[in-house]
Amino acid sequence: MATIIEMPKLSDTMTAGTLVKWLKKEGDSVSTGDMLAEVETDKATMELESFEDGVLLKQLVKNGAEVPVGSPVAAIGEKGEKFDPSSVKQESAPEKESEQDAPKKEQTEEARTSEKAEPREETASGEAGGSETAQEEPPSEPAPDTSRRLRISPLARKLAREKGVPVERLKGSGPGGRIVKADIQAALEQGVPADTGKDGAGRSKAPAGVPAMYAASGGTIAEEKDIPVSNMRGTIARRLLESKTQIPHYYLEVEVDAAPILAARASINASIAELPPEKGGGKLSVNDFIMKAAAEALRRVPAVNCSWADSSIKQHPAAHVSFAVAIDEGLITPVIFDAHAKTLRHISAETKDLAWKAKNKKLKPEEFTGGTFCVSNLGMFGLDRFSAIINPPNAAILAVGATRKIPVVSGNDQIEIGHRMALTLSCDHRVVDGATGAEFLATLRNLLENPALMLA
Amino acid sequence: MPQITYRKALNDAFAEELERDENVIMLGEEIAQYNGAYKVTEGLHARFGDGRIMDTPISEAGFAGLGIGASMLGVRPIIELMFWSFSYVAFDQLFNNAPMIRYMSGGLINVPIVVRGPANGGTNVGATHSHTPENFAAYTPGLKVVCPSNAYDAKGLMKSAVRDNDPVFVMENTLLYGQKWDVPEEEYLIPLGKADIKREGTDISLIAHGRCVITCLEAARVLKEEHEIDAEVVDLRSIRPLDQEAIIDSVKKTNRAVLVDENKPFCGTSAQIAALIQEHAFDYLDAPVKRVSSLDAPQIYSKPLEDEMVPNAKRIVKAVQEIL
Amino acid sequence: MSKNSNTTTTANGKSGTAQSAKKKSAGVNASLTREDKVLLYRDMVRIRRFEERSLHAYQQGKIGGFLHLYIGQESIAVASASLMGGHDHIITAYRDHGQALSVGMTMNECMAELYGKFTGCSKGKGGSMHFFAPDKNYWGGHGIVAGQTPLGAGIAFALKYKKLKGCCLCLLGDGAVNQGAYHESLNLAALWNLPVVYIIENNRYSMGTSQERSSAGAPLARRAESYDMDWDVVDGSSVYEIRKKLAPAMQRARDEHRPCVLEIQTYRYRGHSVADANHEKYRSKKEIEDYKQNHDPIMLFQQTLLKEGVLTDEKIDEIDREAKNEAAESAKFADESPYPPEEEIFTDVYWEVDHKTEKNQGRLFFND
Repeated sequence: MATIIEMPKLSDTMTAGTLVKWLKKEGDSVSTGDMLAEVETDKATMELESFEDGVLLKQLVKNGAEVPVGSPVAAIGEKGEKFDPSSVKQESAPEKESEQDAPKKEQTEEARTSEKAEPREETASGEAGGSETAQEEPPSEPAPDTSRRLRISPLARKLAREKGVPVERLKGSGPGGRIVKADIQAALEQGVPADTGKDGAGRSKAPAGVPAMYAASGGTIAEEKDIPVSNMRGTIARRLLESKTQIPHYYLEVEVDAAPILAARASINASIAELPPEKGGGKLSVNDFIMKAAAEALRRVPAVNCSWADSSIKQHPAAHVSFAVAIDEGLITPVIFDAHAKTLRHISAETKDLAWKAKNKKLKPEEFTGGTFCVSNLGMFGLDRFSAIINPPNAAILAVGATRKIPVVSGNDQIEIGHRMALTLSCDHRVVDGATGAEFLATLRNLLENPALMLA
Repeated sequence: MPQITYRKALNDAFAEELERDENVIMLGEEIAQYNGAYKVTEGLHARFGDGRIMDTPISEAGFAGLGIGASMLGVRPIIELMFWSFSYVAFDQLFNNAPMIRYMSGGLINVPIVVRGPANGGTNVGATHSHTPENFAAYTPGLKVVCPSNAYDAKGLMKSAVRDNDPVFVMENTLLYGQKWDVPEEEYLIPLGKADIKREGTDISLIAHGRCVITCLEAARVLKEEHEIDAEVVDLRSIRPLDQEAIIDSVKKTNRAVLVDENKPFCGTSAQIAALIQEHAFDYLDAPVKRVSSLDAPQIYSKPLEDEMVPNAKRIVKAVQEIL
Repeated sequence: MSKNSNTTTTANGKSGTAQSAKKKSAGVNASLTREDKVLLYRDMVRIRRFEERSLHAYQQGKIGGFLHLYIGQESIAVASASLMGGHDHIITAYRDHGQALSVGMTMNECMAELYGKFTGCSKGKGGSMHFFAPDKNYWGGHGIVAGQTPLGAGIAFALKYKKLKGCCLCLLGDGAVNQGAYHESLNLAALWNLPVVYIIENNRYSMGTSQERSSAGAPLARRAESYDMDWDVVDGSSVYEIRKKLAPAMQRARDEHRPCVLEIQTYRYRGHSVADANHEKYRSKKEIEDYKQNHDPIMLFQQTLLKEGVLTDEKIDEIDREAKNEAAESAKFADESPYPPEEEIFTDVYWEVDHKTEKNQGRLFFND
């Protein structure tokens, strides 16, 4: 049985050696300690020593070949022994081609890099459930704002974010006008200031300055600039353009009586608001009821809980209801999975948690992909109604307006104060026909106007 | 409580430890017959004799290495460097042998030595005698570094250092040797790695070690009296182990920090502290972390200029004002 | 004992005690049993086979970094260790495999250390240059030239301080004699009468520079004279010769706390380390061959023992075969052993951390 002699490691830094010259011919007998060949390393020319006794059966590389450490260079065996060179994996580099090799290597590396990048692209535009409005992982850092760097301390920035203080309108009292903790605290106590306090020397705690929005008009309203498109913004743009241009949207609208859910909400909140969080305490929002009702409506009308998959329509076995959250960089839609099987309080707690994570860029991809239906609520801005673009691969999206007080004619023909809320359903006509959409919306309305039905 | 000097507190610590454990010995230049260049070992030779308090030749690499070798067999030498500046001629022994042997032997061998002596500038002795190598030492895993700022701490920390089973480098200060503090007569130990808040405050944290703590206290007084700024003074006491918790807690409380040390600024001890603060308390910072270190040039001889070179209260007050 | 012993001993008035020490250790070779002699021979063979196997492993890429081989110098480690009693200690530089095996460390733990494995003598944390076995009074294994010489004085100091009757053998290479730390150590050893024997293993080359080109004055041991220390030069190719001169030196260190310097002339066949690419350029092949043919300590001792009738050809083959097998087995053991687990990076740095004492406060590691 022949022994394969490998290129030895002859120095601490050697990775390959050039076999300069064979000192033994094929057929020569060798013994331990004999020099087989001269090898040029990164340091010097050294000798390849035999640790075997026998006959040099085969030189596996030629003079001048560069051979990586550990690759075979020769076979030693007994006299007369047959040796089949093809049994040895040849790893030696071609003779003196290392220079030409270099660019090749680079190309390979480039190819590897782009290979790595590709799956990202695929997730971005690919399979069902993986293409929410903004399903790319939120970038770990916000896109740099090249226009103006707000001078604000890390502490003040954190406080402002937590308390919702619009720092752009504040003037900092720290050195160089840096906004510091005291400025945020003052803003919370006194509101965002409108006074024209001069640049206070020393340690003035009170923030000063004219907010831009109150400044006299004239001149430009904003600096002219090109705002770079972030990854997230790019994805939103691409996906929504696809949705609006490729999905045949149509819209159904209904106005529901919001009084029953307002009453239910008030009654539930009265009993749970003061409880500690671990006992399910906290306030329910109107949106929580809508999420719950939407999930229940999807359970009752599963034809809406579907996706267009070109050759088929995929019906989903569970209602994974997502909701749109506006964040600094754009929009993201975290998902309440199995919403149909969750209690109102469960949905409420999860919604709060996901919204917080979304705003703090802590959402994991699995938390904002895989929704089967989406709710978008702009009620807090006082909008009466609006229609939304479907978030593929969902077949529908529900747009929720504000709850408005309007005069209504009661059952006994009296004018009363009524609470009305407009719901607009955008549907993918390829999946959901008008009648199905209408059935879903009617069911949803029924549930919201009779919240007790959600228990049934 | 009696008031004793920093020098006497150290001397008491040695005497108590020599008395307690007969494996404890002291080695150094002129520490025995001469009673110590700065009289820190005064009287110990007379009391404990030739065998335990030993004058060495001017041969730092030799006697530092000898101490390390002896410690491998369980002797616990306290090795005096007349100045820490002289550690540079024993660098291989102190920085390559002492901290590495335990690791390279897979924990089979311990090196329970104390290496001590003054490490400070501000004494008008020129560049070669004014080094403060606590950053070199703290840079080296396997070493511990202690920089007491006052007599009470010096005694308690020194006693802990002598009892420690790893090499501990204690950096004293010639300008503190003659100053007095309250030191109780009864025995006490101060653990390594426990910082001390020398002054409570709310507006800014002054974080320092060694004599710079005293300078910070002076600066804090000026800040209060002249600027109504309430500074907290954190005395690190040891650099490694480092009481990171105390640093972060103080910064979380005051939201601002000025770091004061006698190292030169580049890669000085405060550079590491600043890195820790930005990493662990970023969201609590209302201002960039400021440093006041020795000015970045070889230590100058000329006295008035050297006084400007090492951190002083004036420079600390200025740094505080820059970020408040 | 030394060429200058007359002057130094007279100057110090110690000629009488030196004579008695000599007497005490007289017949140090005559008292060897046949078994002792076979063991001396066997240990030299074991060292050589171990190192040949380790060289092979290095070339296979299984051992990294530096590997300083002792091949050609085996007699010194074996003779030194053979004279060590319970309170005698030994410390050396980075060419430390031979001493390790001589004091009784196993090939397995040594080879595994070379492989960086957890089963190595230092758990894979030390490597070739840093073998330790304090339980066998072996204090390393030190990587920096002459860095161990003050440590050797310190070990001797500790023995004397603890009133233990022993001595420290502190080995160094001929390159180390030009380091300041060595001279500082000699001064302290002589000044404080420390029981240390400095052994210069003079293999004629400090790294790639010959003695003639690096050291003024010869013999190197003569430098001890300026410290009023005894010194001598020994032919390292003979195990008996080394034992004959080392035994009284050790006895005097133990009995009289009298240090000395022995220069043992030897030769390494390999480069300074295996990465020494030019070791056949700064010296001639002829020179190397001459040592191998005429001065090889193993070959010479083999001939002596054949003449004495202690060894036979069969026994020689058997010893060689066993040593080769043991070395091969140790390589297998090392190969199959696990690397240290990642958490081992942070153990053995601080005693306090490993022992989790209550006084453990503050941060000692700064990885985040």
